[in-house]
Amino acid sequence: MTQLDAPVAHSTQLKTLKDKTGEKFGTEISYHAFTGNRTWIGYLPGIPVNVEILLKSWYNHLSMKIHLSNSAYLGNIDPFLRSFNASDPDILKITANDKWISIHPVVLSMVAALGLSLKPKNIECQHLEARSKHYLKRMGLYDLLKIDSGIQITEHEPAGRFIPLTQITDSSKLTDFITEMVPLLHLEPNQVEPIRYIISELTRNVFEHAYSKTGAILCAQYYKKSNAIKIGIVDRGVGIRETISESHRASSDMEAIRLALTPGITGKTQRIGGTDYNAGAGLFFIKSIAKVNKDFFVIYSGKAMYKLLKENPQKKIRLEIDPFKDKHSNSESFPYWQGTVVGVDLKLDNTTEFSTLLEAIREIYSKSVKERRAERYKKAKFI
Amino acid sequence: MKVLRLKRLVGVFAEDKDKAREIRIKKITPMIENKKEIVLDFSGVEAATQSFVHTLISEVLREYGPGALDLISFKNCDQNIKKVINIVVEYMQA
Repeated sequence: MTQLDAPVAHSTQLKTLKDKTGEKFGTEISYHAFTGNRTWIGYLPGIPVNVEILLKSWYNHLSMKIHLSNSAYLGNIDPFLRSFNASDPDILKITANDKWISIHPVVLSMVAALGLSLKPKNIECQHLEARSKHYLKRMGLYDLLKIDSGIQITEHEPAGRFIPLTQITDSSKLTDFITEMVPLLHLEPNQVEPIRYIISELTRNVFEHAYSKTGAILCAQYYKKSNAIKIGIVDRGVGIRETISESHRASSDMEAIRLALTPGITGKTQRIGGTDYNAGAGLFFIKSIAKVNKDFFVIYSGKAMYKLLKENPQKKIRLEIDPFKDKHSNSESFPYWQGTVVGVDLKLDNTTEFSTLLEAIREIYSKSVKERRAERYKKAKFI
Repeated sequence: MKVLRLKRLVGVFAEDKDKAREIRIKKITPMIENKKEIVLDFSGVEAATQSFVHTLISEVLREYGPGALDLISFKNCDQNIKKVINIVVEYMQA
């Protein structure tokens, strides 16, 4: 297991800060820590009471931190996201709950995406105590990040249970992956259809819009008891705001997400109906699949997170053009995520409704396009 | 009339937009340009994404107008593929 190196040597310089009149108002500490492979330099303004404690505290906070809690699913993912710390993108520290780790695939995909942007030696993974620690090993986290877990398990055939963490970097690999993935799930054809649809559309979004050096990172878990599949697809690309802003005005990360979820809007053009290659429908389709199934859908980019909430099972579903009219929660106060995170839950009992969903999408999509054309319609000006 | 069997080009899950664009540019557009009929045969194709179908036909509809649909026929489509095609055809004419 790779540990963050303790400083093998360090030096401290104190500089007295004075105002224009020469009066002393504080002390700046310049701290240089040598870890063998890099030099850390920090500055602490103010008068030090205990320099050692201050410096230790500074050094310990200098990293990306991600904590795997005992439960982090789409319904209760907010505390997990808020605990994420990206103060230094050069080191990743992974910690976990001591007793139990039960997490949505999107959480695993996020950890993997963070780790893939680093060299293995810059990833520090806490020695896990939780009984469910083997799950991380089985899902392929340590193998993908090329770090040693110290966990010994007897490998089980994954068929019928999960899609392990997978990094996909180009179109041809995606087609192969989807072909190989279907038998892994051991599901009925009508159950497979929305799953491969979601994976294809979301992963192609990464290729076309994200400019992610590490491509798309995804995994999925099938839950037999609830007959549901949970999917997470993550990238460390430019993020939705930058993508949408190529052709539309987005004043915030949340506004960009709102536009990206609106049918017919793509970052590639202002033209209604999209380009020959992008219609601006992909994310709307995915959200609609979750909505028709009355499941969660989460999208997180920059500091904003939009969560489609579960509808009452008895309620008749109506698709909305504006994602803010759906039952949802949103916030723009999360730690900054460079790139895009998407998590989807899908109950497979309901997948016979895929056909119904397509009918509903046909109606709402055309309505959306007509409305946008009407908004832009201009009358001739006679003077 | 030309019949294009899509399964051998895109497999059972029609989702590769790069292939869709190539098929449109090399096979579909030249036929429409010359006012010749083309049949897109989905036999053996289990499913198609909206993105795939959009890339396959939207530019033809934009360039040659709805009249291009008089020259294109969709054959052996299952219920969901028909619906995806109808989504694209409808919003391109909305």
